[in-house]
Formats: sequence, C-alpha cells, structure tokens
Amino acid sequence: MDQSRIRNFSIIAHIDHGKSTLADRILQLTEAVSERDMRDQLLDSMELERERGITIKAQAVRVSWKGHALNLIDTPGHVDFTYEVSRSLQACEGAVLVVDAAQGIEAQTLANAYLAIENSLEIVPVVNKIDLPQADPDGTARELAELLGGSPDDVLRISAKTGEGVATLLDAIVARIPAPSGEPTAAPRALVFDSSYDQYRGVIAFVRAVDGRFASGVALRAMALGTSFEAEELGFMSPTRTPVPALEAGEVGYVVTGLKDVSRLRVGDTLTTARSSAGAPLPGYKDVKPMVFAGLFPTDSDDYPELRDALEKLKLNDAALFYEPETSQALGFGFRCGFLGLLHMEIVRERLEREFDLDLLVTAPNVAYRVEDRNGQQIEVHNPAEMPREVEKIEEPYITASVIVPKEYVGDVMQLCTERRGRFDHMEYLSEERVLLSYELPLGEIVLDFYDQLKSRTRGYASFDYDLAGFREGQLTRVDILVGGDQVDALSLILHRDAAYDRGKQLVERLKVEIPRQMFDIPIQAAIGSRVIARETVKAKRKDVLAKCYGGDVTRKRKLLEKQKQGKKRMKQVGGVEVPQEAFLAVLNLDGSKR
Amino acid sequence: MTPRAGGRLAASARHLYVHLPFCAHRCGYCDFVTVVGRREEHVGYAAAVLAELALERPLLQDPLETVFVGGGTPTFTEQGALLRVLEGLPDAAEVTVEANPETVTPELALRLRQAGVTRISLGAQSFQPHLLGVLERRAGPADVRRAVHTLRDASFDNISLDLLYGIPGQEPADLERDLAEALALAPEHLSCYELEAKPGTRFSYAWGGELERQAEAMEGYLELVVERLSDAGYRWYETANFCLAKGCGAERDLRAQHNLGIWRGHDYLGLGVGGVSTIGAVRRRNLPSLERYRSALVAGREPPRELEPLDDATRACERLMLGLRLDEPLPLEGLEDRVDGDALERLAARGLVEARTLPGGKRAIALTTRGRFLGGGITAELVIWPRLAECGVEQAAASFGG
Repeated sequence: MDQSRIRNFSIIAHIDHGKSTLADRILQLTEAVSERDMRDQLLDSMELERERGITIKAQAVRVSWKGHALNLIDTPGHVDFTYEVSRSLQACEGAVLVVDAAQGIEAQTLANAYLAIENSLEIVPVVNKIDLPQADPDGTARELAELLGGSPDDVLRISAKTGEGVATLLDAIVARIPAPSGEPTAAPRALVFDSSYDQYRGVIAFVRAVDGRFASGVALRAMALGTSFEAEELGFMSPTRTPVPALEAGEVGYVVTGLKDVSRLRVGDTLTTARSSAGAPLPGYKDVKPMVFAGLFPTDSDDYPELRDALEKLKLNDAALFYEPETSQALGFGFRCGFLGLLHMEIVRERLEREFDLDLLVTAPNVAYRVEDRNGQQIEVHNPAEMPREVEKIEEPYITASVIVPKEYVGDVMQLCTERRGRFDHMEYLSEERVLLSYELPLGEIVLDFYDQLKSRTRGYASFDYDLAGFREGQLTRVDILVGGDQVDALSLILHRDAAYDRGKQLVERLKVEIPRQMFDIPIQAAIGSRVIARETVKAKRKDVLAKCYGGDVTRKRKLLEKQKQGKKRMKQVGGVEVPQEAFLAVLNLDGSKR
Repeated sequence: MTPRAGGRLAASARHLYVHLPFCAHRCGYCDFVTVVGRREEHVGYAAAVLAELALERPLLQDPLETVFVGGGTPTFTEQGALLRVLEGLPDAAEVTVEANPETVTPELALRLRQAGVTRISLGAQSFQPHLLGVLERRAGPADVRRAVHTLRDASFDNISLDLLYGIPGQEPADLERDLAEALALAPEHLSCYELEAKPGTRFSYAWGGELERQAEAMEGYLELVVERLSDAGYRWYETANFCLAKGCGAERDLRAQHNLGIWRGHDYLGLGVGGVSTIGAVRRRNLPSLERYRSALVAGREPPRELEPLDDATRACERLMLGLRLDEPLPLEGLEDRVDGDALERLAARGLVEARTLPGGKRAIALTTRGRFLGGGITAELVIWPRLAECGVEQAAASFGG
C-alpha cells in the first residue's frame, strides 16, 4: 500500500477519559465492526480489562477512512504501563490526546503528552464528553492549548459516547498526522512493538514495518536475538486477524512466527529477512525492570505446581512480569514476583485467581534495593527478609511524582508528600483552579498506600503519575517481626530509620488485632537486629469449650469442632501460633493519617 | 462390640431416653423440640411413645442401666399420661425425670417416687428475678426452694439443679449469689451451662448482639463456677457438670449415670419426637412433627426419621470429643489413629493435655485443669477429623437433659 495513504496513530488519555469508547466509535463509524458484533470496548478483550475499564495490553487495529488506512494502536492508560505506552508510540506518527471536558488535564494526560512529544509525534488534541452537563469544553481546550503550545481552535470537541465530532476527528487524523516515511525499497526492517502467544500458532508479533517489504512465507530474523523463523502468516487486525500476502513499509500488522518459546522474540527487537543486509536495527526499548516486588503464595500449599504453571503462562503474554521461587518459613513455597507497579501487581493477582482459579496470599509489596555489603559487594535485594543485617549502604529507587489537584488541596498533598519523605520540586498553575505539584519521593513510600491516602485526602480529586528517577542512598533499616518469639520472614520490612519506631509500633498493634487469641499468650515484637522496638501481647483465651453436650446434639457439636478445625487450617502456622492470612497484609492497613 | 450398619441393629443400648415435648410456655432461648399446651394430646402421645418402645425393644439390652425422661417439661405432661409412660418403661438403676420448679407438687413428687424415679433434674436456671425475667422463666426463686424441699419430703436423695450463666445483664455478683443460693439447697448434682444464643431462637434475635458484646467480660464465669463449686466439695467431673464428691458428704457415685454413658461413647436409644439414638454405626433422629410421629405409631409404623451413618472413624472422633469433657483419663485404645501426635506433643508442652498410663500399661490422655477450660479448641486441634465438615446442618434435636 502506498505510504501516503497510511496513518498510524495512538489514542492517549488519562484513565476514564474515554479512550476505549472513542476506539469503539471509530471502529463503528469506519464499519470495521458491524452493529451486531459491536460490543462495548471491543479492543479490551480480556474480561478483566473491560471490568476495570482499563486497557492492559496494546493492540493494533486497521480501519479504512475515505481511501486511507488508519492503524489505531491502543495503549494502556495507567501509570504502571507507561513503558507499554512508549513502545506503542514508537510505532506511530501521531497521537490523539483525549481529555475529559469535565475533568480537564490530569496527571496521565501530562505524562502521555510528554511521551508523545519525546517521540516526535504529531498530537491531535481532543476534548471528549462534551455531552456531559458539567462539561467545560472551552476551559479544557484552553488548558490543552497552553500545554501543547497551540490555539484552542485547533482542539477538537467530541462526544465518543454519542459519536458527535468523531468523523471530523478522523478527517483531522488524515489531515494532520504525517504519513509514514520509510524506504519502500530498502532492506526490510520492522519494529516488534508487542507480542502475544497463541496456543496453536505460537508467538504472534505485532509489528510496524518501517522499511522494505515483508512477504508471507519468507524466512525472517530477529536482529538483536538472532532468532530465525518463517513468517507463517502476515496480516492486520480488523479487528480480527486478516491475512495479507505482504506487509509493506509504513504498515502495521502481525506476523505469525510459529515460535513456541516466547523468550526467543523480544518486544523492541527489529525483524528483517534472513537474506537481507539491513545494517542497524531500529532503536528498541529499554529493558523494563520491575520495581515493585511481592511474594505470591498459594493458600493451599498443594497448589504450588498450579501456581508455577500459571505464572509461566501469564509470562507468555506479559513480558514485564518477573518471578523466581521463594521459600518462606511462614508461608511455605511460593514465588517472589516483580511488577511494574501496584496496578500491574493487582492485575496479575486477579488473573491468577480468576483465569487459573488459584487462591493466593500476596505479601505486602516492597521495592528493589541496591545494597553494598561490608565487603564492597553489590547486590540487589527484592525481599526484606533477605536484606543482610550488616550493610555498608542501601540505595532505594526514587520517582518524580506529578500530582494534579484543585488548589484547595495543595496543602494536604504537600503534607502527605512530606510525611513520605518527599522533596518538593516545583509547582505550577495549570489553570486558575488546578495546580500541578512535582515531588521527588522514594518509591518505597508509594507502594503501600500512598495512592489511597492521596485520593482520600483530596476527596478523590487528585490525579497522580510518576517516572522513575534512579536510585539514591537512604537511611534504611530492616525491621523484623517476631510472633511468639519466632521471626516471621514474610512480615519483615525495610523502613527509614526515623519511621522505624512508629511504624514498628503501629504494626505490632495492628497484628494484635489481626491475630486471634489462642490457648496461650502470644508476644508480638518488632525488632531491629536483636533490639526490640515495640511489643504487644495477644492474651490467652480463658475459655474455649462448648457449654453443653448431650446425646441429642453430638452431631452438631462434632460439626462445630470440625468447623473450628477447618478455620484453623486456613491459618498459617508460625512456630505453633495460628496466624490468619489477613495478618500478612497488616502493613498495608496501617492508618497513614496517624503517622 | 458395635453392630454394623445395614440389616437389623443388634441389641446394644443400655441407656434409654424418652422425650416429652410439652411445655406451658416456650422460653425464648430454647431450641429443643417443644410443644406448648395441647393438653388433650398428652394421652395420645404417651401411647405413641409406648408403641415406639414396643417396636424398638429389641435394641435394648437387659438390664438397662439408665432411663432419662427429658423435655419439654416432662412434669407439665398431664399426670395420667406421664405416669403411664413411666410405668411402661423398663426398670433401670437410675431413672431421671426433668422437672420445672413450678410444676413440682407434693402429690407429683410422691407419684414419681412410687413410679420408680430415682433422680430429679430441676431447671432452676437462676435465683435472680430480673435474670429469670430475661430468660422468660415462669418459676421464681421461692419456687425453686419450695420444689427442692417438696422433693426431699418425698425422699428424693438425688437432685440436680440446672443453672445458667452468661445471661444478658448478669454481673459477677449475680453469679456469686446464684451459686450460693444453689449450694444452700445442698443438691447432689449441679449442671451449669453458659447461655447460648442458638441460631433461629427468639432469644438470639433479641439478645444475640448483647451476648456478643458481653462475651469477653463473661469469659471468666466458668472459672468462677468451677472455683466456687470445687471449694464447696463438688467434683467437676464434666465440662458443665458437678456432683458432690465422695467424702464430701456422698458415699455414692453421684455423677449422672445416663449422660456419663453417652460421654463414654455407649449406645443409647431415644424415643419420642426429636428423640435421637446412636446404635452402632447409625444415628437416628425422629423428626420433630408431633402429628406425623403419632399417626405413624398409631398405624403401627416406625415414626419418620433421619438417618446418619456413623463410620468407625467418626465414632472414634466423637469418643474423643466426648471423653475429653470428663475428668477421668480417656483410654486411647482404638482411638490412636484419630489423634494428631504433633498436636498432642504441642498441647502437652503447653500444659493443656497430659499423657497418662492406666493400670495394666494402657495409654490414656486427660486434659489438665487449664486444658478443660479450653477443651473445645484442644479437641478441634487434637482430633484428626475424618472429613472436614460439610457444616451447616443445624438440626434441632432433643437434648439428653441435664
């Protein structure tokens, strides 16, 4: 296809600003999907995605509009998935930036706009939801124009829900976004921007052909890994797989590779033909490194093999997921998993529970630490229980956080950020009412309950996004929890020295509530090394016996005791103490406002 | 020893329970099979019970050890009907009848004595009028005292009093007073129960929340009961039961022999609506409908029943559950497979369970004094239950009285 007739674009937006609805409307308007097959948010094919109203995995769909082929490359809308957004954007020449007319610019609007600018994309700004009674299209258009440096008149006004203005938007996409400009006759090169795994056909790569021509049945090579395979089928999504004989420069589509091993084709790699002499690969992606870690344990230890198989399968579709076996004295065999962020963690957990029917215990998350021991040895620690007790220094990841709030909440946000060891960077007014606050914060202070606190202290008005800003040394210390005198590895945590006493105290108080009284006193202690910094006691029960038991109610009493035993089985044994699963999440439930 | 399920059950029961469901009024906390009023049906019901006895006679072993007539309020039953039942029952060394204080008259006491009754279990519950009010009991403290005296006059020398503790609003001082009042009557036996809000009762609806709130405050009440009664010379022989100890005024074994048989895992036959039997590998419950019970027996048929198979493992677990309620060591012979050795070791290390060796070298276990207050939790942990329950069957069944 002639490149001048191709437009490749993404839709980028803050969560819930209407990206998926717009994608649906475009599919409908361009008749890519019949009315009958139309299902809300068609692109979000995973059940979980539709339910949560978010898009997790990018997909690419081709539609026709007035003689042009438009490739819509969907992007995830959440902070955790910034890296997936950026790789989608590399396959595009333009981006439609959608902002809710009632909400205005939010943190992810900014993050996404900056990403698009970094990738030199043409941005088509759109104000959505103009049909809402509380919509302020003009005000929002002014904010957008200010952000992007244009005129409010260039900002399109649409309602993805009713379809109003969507045809005009499609015209604008054709008019404003540049056509691809690869070399149709050069040695073929295509960027792999996503992949998925099909049980029958192996790895399917989603690609943007940049130069040259890829024909079906030709031998291909992945330049970085050197993997060779045959292009079993080429095609584009419309929105189901539609085979074509060839993909040409500028086109977006898929390649059925037949590879059964996902590790042999990496997203970000460049495909070329086996015989070609393509010189340099296309600029790829930075390897994403998981920054948030948590232990995943099957509630029933017999399910360990199922959990292992499930993680293997998830990993096929989720390159960012990291896992390695972990053994906990308290929780048994499980895996230490690495995630891009908290939402990613939550999604993996839900997919494991829903799609694989597993009952899981997920420990409180922590970040990755870089540790230098006394011998100058550098190690990376993903689990507080593995933090050496004697260290030279500990570095923790920092983020640059952007928070956008109505001005009356500025004080609350500043207070929260300060409590979490934040360093103020700058503040700017986006409009008369709304303020952007920028802070540097340790990621470790974010992973527990920062987002919940931010939302509750700003009555839900704050929006939040962040970028990793590298590792910095911190005055950190390992705090262990002892229950009944035994250290519980799954409850260890890394805290800033200044907060260790307070948090240790809160944690043992919380555990006192979570651990039911048993037949003996249970001391609960927080300790730094051998020094106990907080202590509580769960007092022994004085009575636990059924009052009355005669011939007529033996069966009922037996069942009551069986039930009692069953309740015990669901708890974890820590040195003879029964600890309910919820207790392992106690650290998540500390009351932040009291800190 | 135990007959197999299927086929005809062998004669194995030396304990007989008879349920007389009639009451003048249903107390709010009661979840037994009871029938209010209907005096015109008492005679017919008595005939039905005797008809059921005739059908089930082959299950009884001669001689019977105990008979227990419970309710309901057996002494509320029309007197002719009650006496007909008592006279129709086989002889036994211990024959207990449950009575409510307000129903005890000199005439009734004499008739019971003449009918071979050896023991009366009197539902006193409390001596505090305000607490009796909460329980919706009809008798007042004076009725209880009068009833005991009346029974003594009729030369009953084995009287048991039922007391309830954990009544909403009950202060420790109330409990102290109840115990002192009960002891002043010098009963041979005392049953002290914690009040339970049984699901579905009117009481649970009215007081369930209050009972939950006071649970922690009243946690020490059982300790108080045990302490006061032990000091007064009573033997804490079962979790909720006390008898005058030998040497403390008693020359006989004053434990409730009927219930002791059940706690020791013996078979028993239960007659009447809601009556429960455990015979070998089967537990049967007569369904609670008075009408269906009577009409079946009038027609010469077995009353409608629910059957529960009891395999060896389940019976062994029940044996452990019941045996550990007693103060005597529980021989482990035949029960070893159902005891979790690790749990036993753990519980022993905590001073809750003791291993004992019986004369002849047989192994036994017993709960320590502290362990007996935690017997439920200990049993749950110690016993290897055959299958973890499909819980939730809350069948209202007749209790075997106290």
